[in-house]
Amino acid sequence: MSAPVLQMHNITKTFPGVLANDDVSFDVHAGEVHTLLGENGAGKSTLMKILFGLYQPDSGQILLRGQQANITSPTDAIEKRVGMVHQHFMLVPTLTVAENVALGLPSSRGLRTDLDAVSERIASISEQYGLSVDPGVEIWKLSVGERQRVEIIKALYRDAELLVLDEPTAVLTPQEVDDLFVILRQMTAADTAIIFISHKLHEVMELSDRITVLRNGRVTGHTTPAETSRQQLADLMVGREVKLAPDKPPVDLGLVRLKLRGVTVKGDRGTIAVDNVDLDVHAGEILGVAGVSGNGQRELAETIAGLRPAEAGSVQLDDTDLSKANPAQSRAAGLSYVPEERMKDGAVGEFDVSENLLLINHGEKRFLRNGLFNFDAIKSHCQQLVDDFAVKTPSLSTPTSSLSGGNIQKVIMARELESSPAVLVAAQPTRGVDIGAAEYIHSQLVKQRSDGVAIVMISEDLDEVLGLADRIAVMFEGRIVKIVDRENATKDQLGLAMAGAG
Amino acid sequence: MSQFFTLSVLTATLATAIKFAVPYLLASLGETIGQRSGVLNLGVDGIMLLGAFGAYYTVLETDSHLLGLAVGLIIGLLMGLLYAVVTVFLHAQQGISGIGIFLFGLGFSDLLFQELVGSVKPVKPLPTLDKLPGVGGIFEPLVDIDILGPLVFDHDLMTYTAFLLVPVVTWLLNKTTFGMNVRAVGENPQAADSLGVSVARTRFIAIMFGCVLAGLAGATLALQLAVFQHNLTNGIGFIAVALVYFGAWQPRWVMAGALLYGLVTATRLRWQSLDIIPQGASDIAAMTPAIITILALVLLASRARGPAALTKPFTRH
Repeated sequence: MSAPVLQMHNITKTFPGVLANDDVSFDVHAGEVHTLLGENGAGKSTLMKILFGLYQPDSGQILLRGQQANITSPTDAIEKRVGMVHQHFMLVPTLTVAENVALGLPSSRGLRTDLDAVSERIASISEQYGLSVDPGVEIWKLSVGERQRVEIIKALYRDAELLVLDEPTAVLTPQEVDDLFVILRQMTAADTAIIFISHKLHEVMELSDRITVLRNGRVTGHTTPAETSRQQLADLMVGREVKLAPDKPPVDLGLVRLKLRGVTVKGDRGTIAVDNVDLDVHAGEILGVAGVSGNGQRELAETIAGLRPAEAGSVQLDDTDLSKANPAQSRAAGLSYVPEERMKDGAVGEFDVSENLLLINHGEKRFLRNGLFNFDAIKSHCQQLVDDFAVKTPSLSTPTSSLSGGNIQKVIMARELESSPAVLVAAQPTRGVDIGAAEYIHSQLVKQRSDGVAIVMISEDLDEVLGLADRIAVMFEGRIVKIVDRENATKDQLGLAMAGAG
Repeated sequence: MSQFFTLSVLTATLATAIKFAVPYLLASLGETIGQRSGVLNLGVDGIMLLGAFGAYYTVLETDSHLLGLAVGLIIGLLMGLLYAVVTVFLHAQQGISGIGIFLFGLGFSDLLFQELVGSVKPVKPLPTLDKLPGVGGIFEPLVDIDILGPLVFDHDLMTYTAFLLVPVVTWLLNKTTFGMNVRAVGENPQAADSLGVSVARTRFIAIMFGCVLAGLAGATLALQLAVFQHNLTNGIGFIAVALVYFGAWQPRWVMAGALLYGLVTATRLRWQSLDIIPQGASDIAAMTPAIITILALVLLASRARGPAALTKPFTRH
């Protein structure tokens, strides 16, 4: 057997106070998919940044095709035939596909671009791997799946023998994920080596030839899908036993608390984002709203929360009409909202933990003394919330932006649930959150459900929707195209509806 | 009003409009290249003033227009170097540094003028084609052609250069690897950087182009007017920056904006000389170009989106 395309031997990298990579070793052979699995902060990105020359390791060595390699920059890595598809695409939206591919490469015509020759080669690469895309189209006109294909083409055009894909499925529909896996299989069949970075366990089980699990900078396991299970991988990632799907005790369905009729909303660009939506959400149920990002879920959530006026239709919480309500009125009626952009809409990053916990109710009498803040009362209140919601923070006066995503989300949840809402709208509650924190957030949602809260949970993660929801609504192009009870839902059927084919 | 709508007056007004448009066009074409790379330069007016004085003083001393224009170009190059170092390598705020460049240009050009010249001393203006030494005779009959003569053949060489630069800059931006790099670093510098395009070098060169054209614009203005005085540009450089937005970062639309501006100015002057605008109202009339620009900007503001990384300094992490 020939030497592996890449060997990383005993890589150690420390930052002040942090051991980011501790004696990490792994290798990738031509024609295989090797998955790096781990939570945020497990050391996957540090390892990849070392591979791309953005960091130099303190010790350890990198071998490419058996030869010691000294990689000093991403461009150097590209020259050594290592390619990367970033999670946030590195594309210039106003340039065409061919221009994006040609960027940074010398032209065969000297000063002038040679885009026709580039386009021809793109076409032949497209054909070889089934990556259909039009070289003459500007990137902004392409779908997310197509943009990802352009990223892959960029790497193949530079003759990459090793391709790193950083959470490539995060932004795709289930069908697009299937398409991507077919493409990746074709690439491995042509002897490309692939490093697949992910934390979606079922995808890891489906695609990988080998799996390396990282935790706290250390390798906690080398395995293969045949030898392991999703549960075992999750435990390796977190370092303890994890509940992948929360236990949901049966709850008697209560009255309708939230009622939407004919709700139509305009998006930021002035086009219809939510189109004539009817929904009933009962006390004690979780209604899961599935769909690919950008199909009106965010606008729908914002309208219910009073942040975005509806063009038509009504939003009713119990007997209160909220169609024209502002956020204060919605909250007074019993609505709580966990927004999808937690750092933009959910918390003030520069504020400390206690200030964020108090964003809504700092005007209440219990926090005031003679019209000024009563810091003793505030401190004990916030400490209580931090303890109740298991927020890991050095102190109440720590700037919120320095916490991890999961802990910021817990702060937001604590604040939103403190008022014992009648209706909770939670958008992407665990996006970018560690498995451990996600497990906790899920258990909180189930607890609220048991307490009789009517919950709307918007999520792009089908596993999350299937694991938590009692009923599932699928949004496509602003409409609810499907609504089914959990026990009648299958992943395939939901995936088709998400792509508008249901 | 009727004395304005005669063929000869209209033709003369249009010819003046083309001439007036030249400094605007040169400066805004340069600014277009800079902005497409993601760098806003509010110092254009200051660079124009320095270029204008440099060219004027050189012609005053040497009598050579060519030398004067070369000095304007070199001053633009030096100011570009300064601005590029400050904004690209020191990552300074572009808005503030640009205003600094403007104030420096305004003050320093006036100081040099006071010290070296003192009073208004005219030089000989840039010659039109028919007055070019040696070859002028060839063009003399062409100038006498009706309408076409004054519109097309009665201009100085910088006018032809400026209008020729419109297709050249378009070609540069759209058909060369440098232009592609400029558009990429103005839109998504991280992406360009990840492919080995040097954001700093691309922006540096784009700023140089912009400032050289600003220096030339100032030199052309001074040599067309054949004088220098305090604040000779009177805000032309700022209008040129506005024209880039007006023209939606496309050279041909920037040219349209420069021509419109020249036309409004030429018409106003003509109407004043024909007493169509009463003397007492001339201050208000003098404001028309500015008012038209503001209106055009307001009306067109939502039409086009500028380079996404405009005014944003680039750092790798």
